Amino acid sequence: MAAPSRDFTAPTLQLLTPDGELRPTPEAEAYLPLVEALSDETLEQFYRDMLISRRVDVTGANLQRQGQLALWVPSHGQEAAQVGSGRASRPQDHIFPSYREHVVGMIRGLDPVKIMNLLRGVTLGGWDPAENGNFHLYTLVLASQTLHATGYAMGLQFDGDTATGDPDTDAAVLVYFGDGSTSQGDASEALVFASSYRTPQVFFVQNNQWAISVPVSRQSRSPISLRGGGFGMPGIRIDGNDVLVSYAVTRQALEEARAGDGPSFIEAVTYRMGAHTTADDPTKYRTDDEVEYWRQRDPITRYRAWLEARGASAAFFEEAEAEATDVAADVRARLLDATAPPRSAIFEHVYSEPHPLVEAQAAWLEAYENSFEGEGQ
Amino acid sequence: MSVETVPSATATTGTDATADAVRGVQTLSMAKAINAGLREALLADPKVLLMGEDIGPLGGVFRVTEGLHAEFGDKRVLDTPLAESGIVGTAIGLAMRGYRPVVEIQFDGFIFPAFDQITTQLARVHLRSEGTVPMPVVIRVPYGGHIGSIEHHQESPEAYFAHTPGLRVVSPSSPHDAYWMIQEAIASNDPVLFFEPKSRYWPKGPVDQDHPGTPLHASRVVRRGTDATLVGHGAMVATLLQAADIAAGEGRSLEVVDLRSLSPIDYGPIVDSVQRTGRLIVAQEAYGSVSVGSEVAATVAERAFYSLEAPVLRVSAFDTPFPPAALETEYLPSADRVLEAVDRALAY
Repeated sequence: MAAPSRDFTAPTLQLLTPDGELRPTPEAEAYLPLVEALSDETLEQFYRDMLISRRVDVTGANLQRQGQLALWVPSHGQEAAQVGSGRASRPQDHIFPSYREHVVGMIRGLDPVKIMNLLRGVTLGGWDPAENGNFHLYTLVLASQTLHATGYAMGLQFDGDTATGDPDTDAAVLVYFGDGSTSQGDASEALVFASSYRTPQVFFVQNNQWAISVPVSRQSRSPISLRGGGFGMPGIRIDGNDVLVSYAVTRQALEEARAGDGPSFIEAVTYRMGAHTTADDPTKYRTDDEVEYWRQRDPITRYRAWLEARGASAAFFEEAEAEATDVAADVRARLLDATAPPRSAIFEHVYSEPHPLVEAQAAWLEAYENSFEGEGQ
Repeated sequence: MSVETVPSATATTGTDATADAVRGVQTLSMAKAINAGLREALLADPKVLLMGEDIGPLGGVFRVTEGLHAEFGDKRVLDTPLAESGIVGTAIGLAMRGYRPVVEIQFDGFIFPAFDQITTQLARVHLRSEGTVPMPVVIRVPYGGHIGSIEHHQESPEAYFAHTPGLRVVSPSSPHDAYWMIQEAIASNDPVLFFEPKSRYWPKGPVDQDHPGTPLHASRVVRRGTDATLVGHGAMVATLLQAADIAAGEGRSLEVVDLRSLSPIDYGPIVDSVQRTGRLIVAQEAYGSVSVGSEVAATVAERAFYSLEAPVLRVSAFDTPFPPAALETEYLPSADRVLEAVDRALAY
């Protein structure tokens, strides 16, 4: 009797080679028409998104080094995964991020200063998803948002706001998490619920190879994309540094979701070029050779090469550089204007309805602080 | 106390007590009263959903949701996958969408897989969103001992949740309170942990469906007395009333206060009572260390220090895991153990 196979593989779909050639892998060919349908303007928008994202990322890291942020969570290297998937969503869709999806937030209309205020210690979140492109709040307990996304998608179903046959109004949910998060029980439970209720939902894993200092091989011995099938939904592995395949595969999965065909699972294979956060030192656990390998596969470099080859003007690239520099400078200036919230913010919104204990403590703190007025002058 | 068993599905005729929801005063068990309250909430607001394990055609292992799936269907009464964190996590998502999910945790000891979602997410989304995303989620938890069951089926985990800012925690002691409190909990825009004392599921009592009486977060004097004040919640209220009865036969007058709400705690009636009696005994089925009873004792000591004739005493389960059920009557506070504490308080 032959031993069961312990060899688990999955093809990685790619449209754009690391050299910037549009040469689909066999499994990716079917997605090519989705890219061919994009206008030059949209294709250039992808580039501008990625470039702005990288500049804002550098600004965030610098602000942390200058003591203006408690922490920064770099997205350097993951721009294609985020821009492609984020641009694949439609306005009526709902996005549930983890805490590294800064550029997805910006695409959905969220001011990155709001993200920085969270990392500055000024807020705990502080945006209304309904007024910020349905981009829900960052969730720091890993994978907890996967369940919120699934519940939200169940609600879309119950409300009849999906699967009516009108792709301009039918809504879907796109939830982001990472390779480390896939080990959390909540991620598996979300996949169970999503499959069970056939939610209009796309699970988008950015496999950036590292959960702080622990390699993805500790999280999974098989391609993470294979988990989709185990839970009863398609699992697709893509080159996460290829913005075109990220867009096309997510677009297709979201359209299937909104058409009532059920959830999908996408693993975007990418790399976190920087540290996990600014509190981390990646030189302690990974090699220069590995970083160099991924630098050769940089998402922006390859996309620029392709745009240049198809005739984008030098002026476009110059304008994009200038725009990215301006956005980053503006974010920096406005962040430095942010002030600490009033102490009443400790108590406000803990409950939505009156709560005598919290009210008494708020009154006590106010009286206590006021008792020092006039002292020490 | 005899060990009561869960009634079988065929032991009742199903929805007779709830089908017509006749107004007025009915005699119902707490299980039926909660069922009637859930039905009222489902009828009143299409955004109310029930979620849990086996709550559909079976009606829940305690039959609290009996008949509701047949009446309201799959989209209002959801038999979920068997995953507590998943149930609460998806309830949070549904609340973000504008629903008012009512989650059933099958047994007290099975709430812990959902502890993370309850404490780090459910309790904080409203705060994190600066007030833009309310969390009107109710989590129903059958809790407490005296049912002769196995490990993880008889516990009293309410203190973990009363300790968590952002949650409200309540526990009814009577069918009437259960009927109204479940509806008030569902109407609240804050998350509410609704602890149902399962040893009180079956005794019947009057339910006035026209007059709610006491507000959700108010404590209430349920028996007047002059010599000492007894405070408890859930199933313990029946034990305290039993103790007061016995004491009355011995010429002692004990006042009993039903906490009803564990977060926030309404100290007004408690402090007022202690100011009259001078003595306080707090009783609970939960472990005594770092418990709701500890909090009541500390606060009353702060607010009624000059009225106290004796130290505040706690009567609790022991600080050990719930023992095999054969030992539960020795483990759980009884009327006699309450009276032993009363004796000690009166000896000062």
